[in-house]
Amino acid sequence: MSVILETRGLTKNFGGLVAVDDVSFALQKGELLALIGPNGAGKSTCFNMLMGQLPPTSGEVYLDGDRITGLGPRQIWRLGVGRTFQITATYASMTVVENVQMALLSHNGEIFRVLPFAHRMYRDQALALLDMVGMAAQADRHCAVLAYGDLKRMELAIALAHEPKLLLMDEPTAGMAPRERVALMELTARIVAEQGVSVLFTEHDMDVVFGHAHRIMVLNRGALIAEGNAAEIRANPLVQEVYLGGGTVFGGAETTDA
Amino acid sequence: MEFFVAQILTGLANASSLFLVACGLSLIFGVTRIVNFAHGSLYMLGAYIGLTLMEALPGHFGFWGSILLAGIAVGLIGVVIEMLVLRPVYRAPELFQLVATFGVILVIQDLALLIWGPEDQLGPRAPGLRGVFRIMGEPIPKYDIVLLIITPFIALALWWMMTRTRLGVLVRAATQDREMVGALGVNQAWLFTGVFALGSALAGLGGALQLPKGGADLLMDFTILTPVFVVVVIGGMGSLPGAYLAAIIISVLNVFGVTYIPQSTLVLMFIVMIVVLMIRPYGLFGREEVAGEHGQVGEPEEPIKPASAKVRAIVAAGLAMLALLPLYGGNFALVLTTDILIFCLFAASLHFLLGLGGMVSFGHAAYYGGGAYVAALLVTWTETPMELAFLLAPLGAGLIAIVVGWVCLRLTGVYFAMLTLAFAQLLWSLVWQWQEVTGGDDGQVNIWPADWLNDNTVYFYFALIFSVGGILTLRHLAHSPFGYALRAARDSKRQAEATGIDTRRVQLLAFTFAGFMGGLAGALFVFSKGSVFPNELEIVRSFDALIVVFLGGVKTLAGGVVGAGFFKGVEDVLTRFEYWRLVMGLLIIFVVVVAPEGIVGSLRRAWRRFGPGHSQADTATEERRT
Repeated sequence: MSVILETRGLTKNFGGLVAVDDVSFALQKGELLALIGPNGAGKSTCFNMLMGQLPPTSGEVYLDGDRITGLGPRQIWRLGVGRTFQITATYASMTVVENVQMALLSHNGEIFRVLPFAHRMYRDQALALLDMVGMAAQADRHCAVLAYGDLKRMELAIALAHEPKLLLMDEPTAGMAPRERVALMELTARIVAEQGVSVLFTEHDMDVVFGHAHRIMVLNRGALIAEGNAAEIRANPLVQEVYLGGGTVFGGAETTDA
Repeated sequence: MEFFVAQILTGLANASSLFLVACGLSLIFGVTRIVNFAHGSLYMLGAYIGLTLMEALPGHFGFWGSILLAGIAVGLIGVVIEMLVLRPVYRAPELFQLVATFGVILVIQDLALLIWGPEDQLGPRAPGLRGVFRIMGEPIPKYDIVLLIITPFIALALWWMMTRTRLGVLVRAATQDREMVGALGVNQAWLFTGVFALGSALAGLGGALQLPKGGADLLMDFTILTPVFVVVVIGGMGSLPGAYLAAIIISVLNVFGVTYIPQSTLVLMFIVMIVVLMIRPYGLFGREEVAGEHGQVGEPEEPIKPASAKVRAIVAAGLAMLALLPLYGGNFALVLTTDILIFCLFAASLHFLLGLGGMVSFGHAAYYGGGAYVAALLVTWTETPMELAFLLAPLGAGLIAIVVGWVCLRLTGVYFAMLTLAFAQLLWSLVWQWQEVTGGDDGQVNIWPADWLNDNTVYFYFALIFSVGGILTLRHLAHSPFGYALRAARDSKRQAEATGIDTRRVQLLAFTFAGFMGGLAGALFVFSKGSVFPNELEIVRSFDALIVVFLGGVKTLAGGVVGAGFFKGVEDVLTRFEYWRLVMGLLIIFVVVVAPEGIVGSLRRAWRRFGPGHSQADTATEERRT
């Protein structure tokens, strides 16, 4: 198995606060890796650095062996990294299929063309992507009228548009109903299996995490405190402490007798 | 040294009115998010009302009482305006309210003309303050000294009100988060009315206070508007100390400017503003806009589709009718239609920027007037043949746009709008004051088209081809990948950037192209009239375009053109009457209140509801055609 994404000593300081502290991990090809942790653990900061939205204070990020530290979101996307947002970001004035077509237009470098009609370009490809996430029937609906769960699936189709080798999903099931959550993660797991995409995702829903992740990393107070499969993480005393008690005052007086 | 001190004192005294008007505007914006264009009109009303009261009330008490009463009266007028005009449109799309306030400007202008007549009025001297004080040997009018002392007290009183009273707490809270204040059970409607009244009263007070220095005239509404915007933006929207400091900076700068470089006083003000905004994008004391992305507020626009065969046929038939106009229309109809066509192109270019790009530019006249002046100056100074000048004009306007866009696109929301306005005003003041080159007030004359075009009918066809061609080009762009990318950047910058779209580059290109098209309209204009004057670059020209785009419907493709055609036509009929501004203003307010989605948007809605065969499937297709 080869490594697709690797971080070495990734650190981010906001003033005196160390939000992410020396995080190193590797994501294998075809792996579904979960990054979990309590609120404020540094998951989102970590994600933002991987996607180029925040420059790390120190440390490096490698994609497929190439250093991508400090590149912007656009360049990282071009290198084959797709992403979905915690709160969906969609083009509200367009139809569902046009939302996907935008990503295809960008991928094919046709954004600055002025002659052809955009709504005819890459429509079949976009429909195929929508079909993959079960949204083909809604392709021509105005995306502003969609239910939230459908928007999330549409976003997944957008993220898959340029056949990424790596998918970063920031709380993919946030804001969804429980049944939808399971369905979306099953869909993601299937796509990982079928397309050989690797996925790194953060998540708060433990059913989703333990049900689908191949491997789990636990972040607390900016540092990785545990890593392993579902059973190992469940049995890890440090993780139990973070989730069941002491998490918010970790490092304080209570930790000594906890 | 003495002279220097005297200059500073005069500057400080001048800052008084400016500060009062600016902090009123700033307060209103902070709480209601309304950019109140009518603020200058309230200031003018304060002056006129104060004047009338002073004539009726004698003595010390009469003078100072009149000023106070004028403030209160204007505050009450503010309440009426807020409740009748603004309340119905708070939920309308972002910045739509400014169109309503523009209607208010027109109404107040004509009412003032009706009541107080066209002559400039001299203000009475303040009783007991007629002479001058000698400070270090320099004469300073006594009234200036009084103003200079009063202003900090008014500022302190306002500051006390904002920090120590319940109203002040509410205002500050609402400035930061309106929704939260509403959720905590504060009656927002009355808070808005109260703040609008307070802001109006301050403007009225400012107008009455400056009477002994400046008197009252019918132009003072626009004269004060520009410096007030500059002050508010430099100080930071919604900040009182910012407004005070900025008012002083601008006033002192002006006094020194008049003394040392009288040729560039206007330019100086805008340069200061641009420099401040480049260093501190949100003004000296302003905070970053929270919801300040380029974009649209409210219901998202509906998906667009190229026109169906049926619509194309109708448009083609309409164009054919237009092309045959010389056969059945007189000379007057030809000239009027040429004007309308040119204005439609100008409006369409702004609509492209504003509707598709979500970039609200307050200074689009810079490219229209800019294009006109590029052509005119080329003809005057280098005797460029008309054909070449006509081609170079849009390029020149595009060049201006690329520079302005490059700077302005660092900002978003209302700061972007203000900075574009500042650049337009900078250009206007350059043209106004650089007389040797531009002719200043006298404009550029004898800019006639080439001989083969020097005929109303031929020029009509010339304008028809370029206007319609330009409008169709802009419309086609909307359907192209570039147009989609522009909408993508507006709808969700986050997603666009995350899928490889360079939103800044897309927006800058769109800004440049809109400038180019505005310049084309300007070039058509200058050769149709044979002359161009600085008023083509003025703030009013920018507002004209903004208003027709909003009234036509921002969120519809045809909005700009329809609005421009409709209002230019109406304007032509109305301007034959003496009090046409009053009617026009009321018409604008009427459309704003009754049809907040604009003409095209409202027609579309009506069509969907009452049109033939309004089944779900049909309406879905129909709504995309408009």
